[in-house]
Amino acid sequence: MRDALGEVQSVLVLGGTSEIAVATVGELARRRARTVILGVRDPGRAGSAERSARAAGATTVETVRFDADEVESHESFVDDAFDRHGDIDLVLLAFGVLGDADRAATSGPVAAGVARTNFVGATSVAIPVARRLRDQGHGTLVVLSSVAGERVRRSNFVYGASKAGLDGFAQGLGDWLHGSGAEVMVVRPGFVRTKMTAGLDPAPLATSPEAVARAIVRGLARRSSTVWVPTALRPVMAVLRHLPRALFRRLPV
Amino acid sequence: MARGLGRSYGDAAQNAGGDVLDTTALNGLGELDLEKALVTVGAGMSLAALTRALVPHGRFLPVVPGTAHVTVGGAIACDIHGKSHHVDGGFGAHVESVELVTPGRGRLRLTPSGEPEEFAATLGGMGLTGVVTRATLRLVRIETARMLVDTERAENLDDAMERMASSDHRYRYSVAWIDCLARGRALGRSVLTRGDHAPAAAIDASDGQDVLALPVERAVPAPPFAPRALLRPTSIRAFNELWFRRAPREERGRLTGLRQFFHPLDGVRGWNRLYGARGLLQYQLVVPFGAERTVRHVLERLSRARSPAFLAVIKRLGEEAGPLSFPRPGWTVALDLPAGDAELATMLDELDEAVVEAGGRLYLAKDARMRPELLPRMYPRLEEWRAVRDRLDPERRMRSDMARRLGLDR
Repeated sequence: MRDALGEVQSVLVLGGTSEIAVATVGELARRRARTVILGVRDPGRAGSAERSARAAGATTVETVRFDADEVESHESFVDDAFDRHGDIDLVLLAFGVLGDADRAATSGPVAAGVARTNFVGATSVAIPVARRLRDQGHGTLVVLSSVAGERVRRSNFVYGASKAGLDGFAQGLGDWLHGSGAEVMVVRPGFVRTKMTAGLDPAPLATSPEAVARAIVRGLARRSSTVWVPTALRPVMAVLRHLPRALFRRLPV
Repeated sequence: MARGLGRSYGDAAQNAGGDVLDTTALNGLGELDLEKALVTVGAGMSLAALTRALVPHGRFLPVVPGTAHVTVGGAIACDIHGKSHHVDGGFGAHVESVELVTPGRGRLRLTPSGEPEEFAATLGGMGLTGVVTRATLRLVRIETARMLVDTERAENLDDAMERMASSDHRYRYSVAWIDCLARGRALGRSVLTRGDHAPAAAIDASDGQDVLALPVERAVPAPPFAPRALLRPTSIRAFNELWFRRAPREERGRLTGLRQFFHPLDGVRGWNRLYGARGLLQYQLVVPFGAERTVRHVLERLSRARSPAFLAVIKRLGEEAGPLSFPRPGWTVALDLPAGDAELATMLDELDEAVVEAGGRLYLAKDARMRPELLPRMYPRLEEWRAVRDRLDPERRMRSDMARRLGLDR
């Protein structure tokens, strides 16, 4: 059960080996989180994520196989997690693929793969999660969106479009849940230095998984519905959002 | 989970995803036996309404908390205490019998002698043993509706504790308000307010006034918005300074009204709004006598953190009651803190540790954030309580956010 200062006691992570997820679980477990369920595609590679959660203070850590692309399995995966662990205070939707921007721009199947994981997979698992949170009467679904979805850029428009879809979906879901006790928090990080972005040139206002984790914890305490990391991105994006297409297209971002 | 007037500061009467029973309709006044000084009331009756009914008859509740806007059921479930705890014990010590509707054993009438374990587990049981529907309470006799109050200033914490320890026994009601922002030698400077019901002889009734008549009391509403500047340490320091200087250095035998003495904040409707949208957190601890250093540590920590607490209340508590009852012999400190302070969570976790180390505990009716791991250390009789609860509610039908957060439902 979440407490008055926004501290959560139990966490379900979808995409449990992502660096942002590991950092966030660490931050939460150092505070109050004791139960951590890691949904990961390859449980064989979740060892370090599990160890890190335990080291931070989690007492019940469990890894369950979860594949964002296997949408048929999502309902039962979610029901199983909630049935076995009771109240789940926080669900962190942290999976996502960046994909090769150039290949995605030229190959239908590659583009569809990005959209399938980031948008289709996310919606398919978020719906049963939202239903369980609503029945439970409390709980927060944290959706890792991206500034890339705030205004889709030429340089990685497939990824950006998938995040734009996810972001809109998450906002709508949050509004749909309004009044039920369950909440959705949309997190929009800028460029995060992780293995997913390794090899790319960091964009201005680049950030780290740890900074995203801290921003999530702060957002929970404030019951924010939208979190920008770093916060300076909010005014920046407010401007970029309104640039004329012809100008935006030419920006080196 | 049963809910009365919703005045506990935490999540004791919340139940996300479950049912919450509004008990305030059970507000009937039953039999009032003036001879035996007993009253039977519905659990949803507020102490304010009950007092209004009792005072004209020259009777009063022996235990009155800081706000009268709580129900009898809530007072039992939290085993509340008042300024009289060092003499009279908690609310539960004056309960003759409780009617409790339980999931496991249906409707029960509990008395301290008939079913001592069930009775004790319900006192302070946070509503988790069942729903209190009626209670019979023992009353005290009063001659007037006024209080005779002594006020004195204490220059620092040692001074305040010394004065309370040496002379509290002379007063039925005693409390000290501490300026949390005072530092150094003035740390813990306080205003002691102690008194008793005024005897008829203390009031000149030659004009034929009814000494038991209650004045018409109005509450002024707090402003719906408060400027944030109000919560800055500097403005609070100024407020505290003013408040300390305004109090008489020493004054004996001043006549005051009941509300002014017992429930000063009830005079301002919605005072909590002054804390803004993020609200406030109340922190209340008790540590045994002999652990005065822990009280000092808590105040030092708060004063060092410049945590903008207005005033803290300190008082001495008497005997222990039910297994989950908060009071135990020692010093209790209660304070309000703005919940928006970013450092608050960490600081309070540190203070919790110090309290537990000293053999103390936090008050569940006020808690909204403590670590569940500390609960068995604060309440060593927790397992005893669980065993009784298992008889009354074997399937754990009574649930609250607090029960889930602290693992009381296990």
